Amino acid sequence: MEKILNVHQLTKKFRQLNAVDQLSFSIEKGHVYGLLGPNGSGKSTTLGMLLNVVNPTSGSFQWFENKCATQEALKKIGAIIESPNFYPSMTALDNLKLVAKIKEIQQPDYEATLRLVELWDRKDEAFKNFSLGMKQRLAIASALLNKPAILILDEPTNGLDPKGIRQIRDIILQIAQSGTTILLASHLLDEVEKICTHVIVLQKGKMIYNGKVDEMKASYGFIELASENQEQLVQLLQNLPEVKDINQTEYKFVKAILKSELKPAEINQLCFEKGIVLTHLQWKKDTLEDNFLALTKSENHA
Amino acid sequence: MRRLLSIELFKLKFSKSAKVLSIIYFLLFFTTAIFSMIKFKFGDFEFQLAEQGIFNFPYIWHFNTYMVALIKIFLAVVIVSMVSSEYTNRTLKQNFIDGLSKKEFVLSKFYTILVFALVSTLLVFIVSLVLGLIYSDYNEAGIIFSDLHFLLAYFIKLTAFFSLCMFLGILIRKSAFALGFLFLLLIIEAIAMISLRNEIPWLSNFFPLESMANLIKEPFTRFNVVKSASTAMGTDFSRDVKTYWYEYLIPVGWTFVFIFGSLKVLKNRDL
Repeated sequence: MEKILNVHQLTKKFRQLNAVDQLSFSIEKGHVYGLLGPNGSGKSTTLGMLLNVVNPTSGSFQWFENKCATQEALKKIGAIIESPNFYPSMTALDNLKLVAKIKEIQQPDYEATLRLVELWDRKDEAFKNFSLGMKQRLAIASALLNKPAILILDEPTNGLDPKGIRQIRDIILQIAQSGTTILLASHLLDEVEKICTHVIVLQKGKMIYNGKVDEMKASYGFIELASENQEQLVQLLQNLPEVKDINQTEYKFVKAILKSELKPAEINQLCFEKGIVLTHLQWKKDTLEDNFLALTKSENHA
Repeated sequence: MRRLLSIELFKLKFSKSAKVLSIIYFLLFFTTAIFSMIKFKFGDFEFQLAEQGIFNFPYIWHFNTYMVALIKIFLAVVIVSMVSSEYTNRTLKQNFIDGLSKKEFVLSKFYTILVFALVSTLLVFIVSLVLGLIYSDYNEAGIIFSDLHFLLAYFIKLTAFFSLCMFLGILIRKSAFALGFLFLLLIIEAIAMISLRNEIPWLSNFFPLESMANLIKEPFTRFNVVKSASTAMGTDFSRDVKTYWYEYLIPVGWTFVFIFGSLKVLKNRDL
């Protein structure tokens, strides 16, 4: 598989704080990666280092298997980090023309790019008059102008209203479906869940998970039960081979985490046979959010 | 080089403040010239600056480059704001992300500085030549084209000064503070010059602003009216107004310091 990016032991220290701590991962062509972590976990710092605007304290990274210098590599990348930054008094089109000059793009297709983000009709309007959603879409257009080998987005839906968020996500999905490699940094789990195939989870600068999104989601879910006779119920569940773990933290409910398939009907049957009357029975599939919270929580205790 | 220059000029083309200030600069430029041509009437006494010999070749080269250099502050504001606005709009960061190297960024600004200095020098040359041809008492080619080293000095002076402005803009990031610091530097140099006057008087030649000032020394004591007045009063006002070779080198040296300093600051700073 063609490697687009290789990161090795990348570290950034701000005085005492380890903003990014020995981060290593790689990005392969054609996948959509999510860089997930709460605010302040080092996502933006990581992207800043990869994009040559933050100097790493130690460690290294190579773009495109080191076939070209970072500066040249950046011209093949489309990236927007944090807020969309453009020249306020220039029009949308002029801003893109400047980007084309900087990136040395031969024959940029302004119309197709601006149409993709639905800004072609507003191309002659000054950037400063744009709404945040429009600014963000222009940023995506500018990142796509060079038909990039990888698109890097940092919190692209931050601060947008629901309609704007939807619009941006649709555009990103459209780009992903066209086969462009994407690295998306976000603190929003459902965003990563909806868009990405792979996820790298950061917490306090450390990587705590790196793998496929599907694998991060628990595949069999859990069953939530309640009964007048809770002790007996727990005893029964403990003896079931399908149950991995039992969680009684929540008031009244018993949570049985599954390691293989177990239908709610089967449990109901078993309980009925043992004379346990269930007052509540619900099968739930874990969301990425639960896993994410579990991951970050266990790291906290460690 | 052409790519970098076209990038920077494209940015400037859409900057309102850059346009307004440049227009003010060039208006002032011509106003200074036209002002000298006006005849003042005080009752029966008629006075015209142009007829007092200030437009005589080759003195005009000295006088005009000195006078016009005084209004360079207007272009300096353009230079400072074209650097600091990249910080305030955060476009500096985006430029780097888009693949412009830090060296290219500094060079694109420096090439623009060279263009400004060159255009200004050319204008001084043309305006002085025209004024001289109208008013000068001497019109021999040999005299007209003597003392042209003032134009070289003018060019170096502007380039060094604008490079200082660029450096301050990159270092300080806010245009108002950068310009404030420029004035502070002027005051610091003046105080240092006064306090070192007796111990190490030559040191002031190496101060950045003083070294730029030394490129074109004041032209007034060379002025005919002043000369004749001083002889009449029996005092000698004449001072050494010649520019020595090392006085060209010091500001050129500072220009390099400012360019490499700008690059160093950008490279070490996390954006």
